[in-house]
Amino acid sequence: MHSLFELLIAFFLIVSGIFGFVGSYGMLKLKDPMSRLHAPTKATTLGVGGVLLASIFHSILIERHLSLHELLITLFLFLTAPITALFIAKWHINRHETPADLPDAGEDGLWATHAVPQDEEKPDQTTN
Amino acid sequence: MKLLRRIFPHPHLTILLTLVWLLLANKPSLNSLLFGLLLGIVIPFITQPYWPDRPKLRNWPMVVEYILVVLWDIVLANIAVARIILFKRDEDREPNWVSIPLELRTPEAITVLAGTITMTPGTVSCDLSAQGHNLLVHCLDAPDPDAVRDQIKSRYERRLKEIFE
Repeated sequence: MHSLFELLIAFFLIVSGIFGFVGSYGMLKLKDPMSRLHAPTKATTLGVGGVLLASIFHSILIERHLSLHELLITLFLFLTAPITALFIAKWHINRHETPADLPDAGEDGLWATHAVPQDEEKPDQTTN
Repeated sequence: MKLLRRIFPHPHLTILLTLVWLLLANKPSLNSLLFGLLLGIVIPFITQPYWPDRPKLRNWPMVVEYILVVLWDIVLANIAVARIILFKRDEDREPNWVSIPLELRTPEAITVLAGTITMTPGTVSCDLSAQGHNLLVHCLDAPDPDAVRDQIKSRYERRLKEIFE
């Protein structure tokens, strides 16, 4: 029975290792910055999730005590990761995309990043 | 009842904070339960002015269904994206912008939708339109942007609409 538990825990560790690796490999392989942004969202879901599940199972099945504070890591990641991604994406849109590059914004006409008064001082384009 | 309302202006937040504190302590004891409850009463009380028109959650079974659907989709999308990264040549990939017209109007609901889209691998929500009526999503590999739009609308937005509005 004990070895069965260990097998289960090892399975989750391997799954998270694979997805963490694929996420990092994606950062190298994908060429455009917007596609690279997809890599961290992978690593924070199944990559971290697998380790956390393995940790929960390890404490319940092998150390025989309930430990659930791993769930909090998932909770905080799900709260913070989308915000970071949104900031990076908005930076990219601000610097590298014009309204013509993006799809139609529907009834509002412009995307929020572009919908700032045009007389504002332009950021220095030479430093990147 | 009115007194109860005044002590617990936001009962869900009270329960959530107590639970988070108990999880942080990671050892069920009366001590941490009481302190968690204390935080759960004090924090909603102090932060009350910051959420004047908070939305009511209307459909609790739908909340559970939504979480399960999202978790399942995260697993499926992870596998799909792993296959794209490992086996698809970079030139064959078709990254695409997708514009999603929103029916949701509650800011909280739109936040949850945008967060869900980002946490599902393969899609990242990037921007809102000027008045918040459209959501801009970037797809890692989407030969057919309309299909992505329809899937997000039918799988996530429909459920969120039932939960929040």
